[in-house]
Amino acid sequence: MNVLAAAATEGVEIGTGETVVFWVLAPIALAGALGMVLSRNAVHSALWLVNTMLALGVFYVVQEAPFLGAVQIIVYTGAIMILFLFVLMLVGRDTSDSVVETLRGQRIAAIVLGIGFAGLVGAGIAEATRDLPVTGLEAVQGGAGGAADGNVPAIAELLFTRYLLAFEVTSALLITAAVGAMVLAHTEREPGSRPSQKELSRARFLSGEHPQTLPGPGVYARANSIAAPGRLPDGSPSPASFSTGVQPQVVDELPHTGSVGAERDGLAHSGGTDAALGTLGGDTTGPVPGSGEGAPR
Amino acid sequence: MTITNYLVLAAILFTIGAVGVLVRRNAIVVFMCVELMLNSVNLTLVTFARSTGTVDGQLIAFFVMVVAAAEVVVGLAIIMSVYRTRRSASVDDVNLLKY
Repeated sequence: MNVLAAAATEGVEIGTGETVVFWVLAPIALAGALGMVLSRNAVHSALWLVNTMLALGVFYVVQEAPFLGAVQIIVYTGAIMILFLFVLMLVGRDTSDSVVETLRGQRIAAIVLGIGFAGLVGAGIAEATRDLPVTGLEAVQGGAGGAADGNVPAIAELLFTRYLLAFEVTSALLITAAVGAMVLAHTEREPGSRPSQKELSRARFLSGEHPQTLPGPGVYARANSIAAPGRLPDGSPSPASFSTGVQPQVVDELPHTGSVGAERDGLAHSGGTDAALGTLGGDTTGPVPGSGEGAPR
Repeated sequence: MTITNYLVLAAILFTIGAVGVLVRRNAIVVFMCVELMLNSVNLTLVTFARSTGTVDGQLIAFFVMVVAAAEVVVGLAIIMSVYRTRRSASVDDVNLLKY
């Protein structure tokens, strides 16, 4: 809105600071939204969405709604996204999207539809609100040095008078949601149907596969990275020690006896790491075979 | 710049959320896209509240947040129970009603 139009509609003019905030944060919000849709990993999607929500919270504060901005950050990015991440971790981080299209051409159609919708709605809104005056909220909630009390009293006054019924219904909605979530997440079990410790232990030993705990990563290893597989006594990597979700890989390990680094460090004189760890012989720096089978339960 | 910028930004965010709902297969990500759509509508409400000079828009945005919180709780519980029976969080695997 240029100065003439602002004068004609006698609205509040949007300041330079807000313009700068908008043009800095709008690309960030858009990038967050696009990143959420495009990233394969669901956890990355959640973090991108947090990005967008934080930007929107700042927009609320800039647009004279500081209470909503705080609620946005506390409730949305704080509580709801944490809930999302909890469920993501419960369901399994590796349940990524399948690339198989069940409906042929659905993705292209959705993107074309989206661009069309954005163009239509965006152009319509831009055209309809081009000369919309900005009244501002100084009269209702007071701005800098305004007469009114502020944002929170203004909201509270309206919430407990005109919107009182909606407010009360909201409490019923919240208690219903809490009870519903408990009912949905609850699993019914007969008392006594749960196997006891004795039965579990017996079943584990009778299966004859691997009664004890699986070797952890780093057992007999020369590195403390979780990606370093555990070593069998002959120095070969143990496939049972691969951790879920981490690709086993060759990491920087302590040097061998006789290598240049070992001589410089004086490890050769003290017998080297092989003597200390009892892993003499065997190529311990070779590529790690296999990838995921035999992962710890 | 005018408040139209905010409204157009909200429209674009809404569209991205809608496309995400159509494109993504993971039920949790679909839920996140729905959250994005709700958020963009909230931005529109706050913008119009400022434009009209009343706090009603902010209040409606507040109620939208409350309803979104309740919806997320129930929705995620449903996803959890579906995952428990079908060992999958993909919306393609929830197709028993089709047959």
